Amino acid sequence: MEIALVGLVAVFFAVAVYLLLSKSIIRMLLGIVVIGNAVNLVLFTAGRLTAEVPPIIPAGEYVPLAGSANPLPQALILTAIVIGFALFAFLLVLGYRAYQELDADNTDTMRLAEPEDAPRPPLSY
Amino acid sequence: MASPYESLDLPPAMIESATPAADWVVVWPVALALVGAGLLVMLRGRRDMQVAFAAAFVAAIVVSNIYLVMRVFEAGPLAMTMGRWLPPFGISFAADMTGALFSLAASVSALVVVFYAQSEIDSREHRFGFYPLLLLLLGGVCGSFLTGDVFNLYVWFEVMLISSFGLIVLGGRKVQLDGAVKYGFLNFLATSFFLMAIAYLYGLTGTLNFADLASKADDLPLGAMLTVAALFLFAFGMKAAAFPANAWLPASYHTPAISVSALFGGLLTKVGAYAAIRVLMVVLPEGRLMLEPVIAAVALATMLLGPLGALAQTNIRRAIGFLVIGGIGALFAGLALGTQHGIGGAVLYATHSILTLTAFYLAAGVVEKMSGTQDIRLMGGIYAANAPLSIVFVVLVFAVAGLPPFLGFWPKLLLVEGGVRAGQWFLVAGLLLNSLLTLMAASRIWAHVFWRNGPEGERSEQPNTMLRALTGAEKRYALGSTVVLVALIVVLGLFPNWLFTASGMAGFDMLDPTRYIDAVFAEVNRP
Repeated sequence: MEIALVGLVAVFFAVAVYLLLSKSIIRMLLGIVVIGNAVNLVLFTAGRLTAEVPPIIPAGEYVPLAGSANPLPQALILTAIVIGFALFAFLLVLGYRAYQELDADNTDTMRLAEPEDAPRPPLSY
Repeated sequence: MASPYESLDLPPAMIESATPAADWVVVWPVALALVGAGLLVMLRGRRDMQVAFAAAFVAAIVVSNIYLVMRVFEAGPLAMTMGRWLPPFGISFAADMTGALFSLAASVSALVVVFYAQSEIDSREHRFGFYPLLLLLLGGVCGSFLTGDVFNLYVWFEVMLISSFGLIVLGGRKVQLDGAVKYGFLNFLATSFFLMAIAYLYGLTGTLNFADLASKADDLPLGAMLTVAALFLFAFGMKAAAFPANAWLPASYHTPAISVSALFGGLLTKVGAYAAIRVLMVVLPEGRLMLEPVIAAVALATMLLGPLGALAQTNIRRAIGFLVIGGIGALFAGLALGTQHGIGGAVLYATHSILTLTAFYLAAGVVEKMSGTQDIRLMGGIYAANAPLSIVFVVLVFAVAGLPPFLGFWPKLLLVEGGVRAGQWFLVAGLLLNSLLTLMAASRIWAHVFWRNGPEGERSEQPNTMLRALTGAEKRYALGSTVVLVALIVVLGLFPNWLFTASGMAGFDMLDPTRYIDAVFAEVNRP
């Protein structure tokens, strides 16, 4: 099970890196989503996968049964998903606004903050 | 009827006695910032109350940070664990001198910016929540400095990130959107790598608490430790804008309002540097040792490329952005040394850098208001028009380059001494060259903006007719608050003794985190 997830994570990362290397903002946004999910799966796998026993303490017991699932990575992933979703929503709106205002989905033509024809360094002291 | 839990032995898992009231000061800065931000969102229609409340809350954060620093001075590191669970099960907040000092410097900078912002933040930006976002940003920064849990650190990073997203697009000019796209994507990527490093660290050790990690991470297999340390270094280096992951900073920091630029330049990159020092010194000291050549190379390149970039700029804000990067190089040089002098020097440098670079951006903002442009080539003659501003600016030029007797000199002294003692001559040369190049870049800005009569070109010897005088409000808020911050920098530079003691303590606790661990586990170890 772990091996399969590790393989999936590797595929996700490859896809994400490929998409993030694109010039197009919309592809980069998709890359961001994929890399976020890849990282969440890493977190999930790092917590060990023991799926058979739910992490609930049965009546009359004081500790969880042996071999029960680890609830902490799930709490961590939940937090990470919420945060990642909020940031992604912001980036999505930002990308759309940038497309509207700058008329560019191509990072090569987004040179307002760093103009391409920047003046040469001043030579006088 | 007897409780079914009577036979259960609670103490090993639960905190029995409440944390002493005085120790709650660890969470005050964060709690005040979050409550203040919430309150200001509710009052978003009331412009007059926004400013007063924001100033009151940030002032209260400064006061609690001062108290925190004093407590840490007397009693050593402080800790508090949430939700009655004993550490490492509950989430701990823990402040040693490093965290407390950074948090104090950050809140002082933010307080100055609150006053400065009144000269330029218009009512539309007020309505869109400049002050709530500022408080959230400060809460995220202080939380990052004071938390004692690595996943919690990630959460504070994100609090800081999302509020900085809000601040950078506030106003919505085209150039801001362009800058925000680059800032947003690359910072999101950095935090993703940070989270992945946390995942591996958790998978290897089974804990997230810094103090608990410090005692467990030593037993890790070397290869795994090196991988995790390298991932952390990459993530934090990107956050801190260290070479080669620095390109986002000069692309974005000059685009928002100057108050926002000042906050970002002063506060945000230092959080990345702080996290790198905390994780690599306390949690993974052996990983840091193995990565030392890499960190040294990164530090050297960052120290040289920062001021060289500044030298090539004609935009005043972008030039300062490159100076921010140069300072990050000095911080990583301290981390590469990893000795008492190195870490102490890095802590002192960060304190200096938070205050000085905020002030530098603010002073540049006043210059921009007078000349109506960001282009250094079109400026000139401000010495004649506003002599006090030129003195403030020249003090900052000397402070940022590290000339005595200003604040920037003392951390450089510590770092150079540490480098000489460790025999790291490349780093020593880099630090000294960094100072020289920074001095050249910054003093040339001063010469062009203040000393030269008029703009570049044929009319450079004639008086500059483009300048306008500052209005009353601009004099009071913009120039006034900049002067106050610069005065603080001068006083701290003239009387650096307590800062030396404090940074010495900070370095000591980073190198040997026994006191930090004891503070976090005080409740567990109580007989």
